[in-house]
Amino acid sequence: MPHDFTPDPAAQPPGSAPNDGSRRTFMKQAGGILGLALAPPLISQAERLTAFSKTVAGVAAMQLKVNGTVRTIQAEPRVTLLDALRENLDLTGTKKGCDHGQCGACTVLVDGRRVNSCLTLAVMNQNKEITTIEGLGQGEELHPMQQAFLKHDGFQCGYCTPGQIMSGVACVQEGHAKTDDQAREWMSGNLCRCGAYPNIVAAVREVAQRK
Amino acid sequence: MNNFSYTQASTAKEATGILKDKPAAAYIAGGTTLLDLMKAHLQEHPQLVDINMLPFKGIEQTADGLRIGAMERMSDVGENALVLQQFSAVSESLLLAASPQLRNMASIGGNILQRTRCGYFRDAAFPCNKRVPGSGCPALTGDNHNLAILGTSEACIATAYPGDLSVALAAFDAVLTLENQKGKQRRVPVTDFYLLPGKTPHRETVLEPGELIVAVTIPTAAHTRRSTYLKVRERSSYAYALASAAVGLDVQAGTIRSARVALGGVGSKPWRSPEAEKVLTGAPATEATFRAAAAAALRGAQPRDDNRFKIELAQNTLVQALLKVAG
Repeated sequence: MPHDFTPDPAAQPPGSAPNDGSRRTFMKQAGGILGLALAPPLISQAERLTAFSKTVAGVAAMQLKVNGTVRTIQAEPRVTLLDALRENLDLTGTKKGCDHGQCGACTVLVDGRRVNSCLTLAVMNQNKEITTIEGLGQGEELHPMQQAFLKHDGFQCGYCTPGQIMSGVACVQEGHAKTDDQAREWMSGNLCRCGAYPNIVAAVREVAQRK
Repeated sequence: MNNFSYTQASTAKEATGILKDKPAAAYIAGGTTLLDLMKAHLQEHPQLVDINMLPFKGIEQTADGLRIGAMERMSDVGENALVLQQFSAVSESLLLAASPQLRNMASIGGNILQRTRCGYFRDAAFPCNKRVPGSGCPALTGDNHNLAILGTSEACIATAYPGDLSVALAAFDAVLTLENQKGKQRRVPVTDFYLLPGKTPHRETVLEPGELIVAVTIPTAAHTRRSTYLKVRERSSYAYALASAAVGLDVQAGTIRSARVALGGVGSKPWRSPEAEKVLTGAPATEATFRAAAAAALRGAQPRDDNRFKIELAQNTLVQALLKVAG
């Protein structure tokens, strides 16, 4: 049965101790606090982000603009965008499933388009707007697609969920979720081993119909 | 992946110049094929040259037909209004391929150059004449259920191009514009671009070392007005074709004036069928004609133990596609 797990923002003031002690809640709050503290210098850094060196060999500085914030990492050119997000930027919401572009767990948005972050290099994604699952909500407020996944129970183990949600957001944006069949076809790049497909389709369709 | 240096090229001259000095380097556009193969250690390159900045872009009407830049992405071409209007088979071949994410990434040039999905090619633990010339082909007697039945050799039975787009391009007489290291351009029909395996399955196309695909041009003709791409898979989406057919018919007063037929998933290269076209041209547009054309298309098939089913499957796929455009 679909049930609503959407947290009531009034029940928990911002910055209060994690009430379930979970790593996820902690990470989310820590990220928020860190984001606030670092915001002003990074905005000026964003303005400076223009050209980058044409040839990169060995460990080199790269600038990635993720969820609106420019951050500098030290990485080799062979580092994929997925590994840079997870290992260099500690944005572990984006999952590594197959690492070969077959499962969709690593789906992120680059300049508003959904891509498999495992099959593109971090070095190639400088000067682009990257959005991950961590950047979808507004502070404590979930994105409508996140809320719809909770409402429709669009997951079981949760491993494919960040990729499903990112793909779902793009799918609706593209106008490819007008019918259940169309949503299924255009979500086919995201596999779910638990088989939550009917609930995922329900979540994507609900957001599409609200638009 | 092995480590490599990365260079972003601004011009074709700069890109080809790097490969001239370092022939083991490789171009990267979308990266969806290249990085996949490099992660599996099936290809290793000391340097990758990013060609995304090259001006091989745009989808425009020219005197020769619709010209599509090699750096355009599959998703953009598949949903382009001009492509949809003039070549529905080309649009379908793109939108039935891969996944939305991969289609957002993969370039047209890269799609044309994608490599086989043969399990023995993709597993470095096995010999493979494509990877290591002369090492042997375990597919001949191994799991070959999704390998080719047309154009094969004793050295290789892979569907060297496993994708969809080039099947439609081969059907509709598309021509590739290539640019070599001297900056000289040449035009090669898609049907001549891919090589049959013969004794040299490691040579897959006529592309010279360092040569770039600049664009593909598809001429409009009476038979492109009604066209379709039908793809049969092991699941309903996100899979390579077991068999597919790109067809176009010009039917006037019940008679076929001109026809184009190419098959995917069954040939060692995108399989244009002049045999089927010969049966169709001048004949009544009936199911009996389509059955005869399908029989002609598969006449030379050489199935192995596990892929015998593909003869009937490809015939039925072709008949269904022809019925759809004749309808």
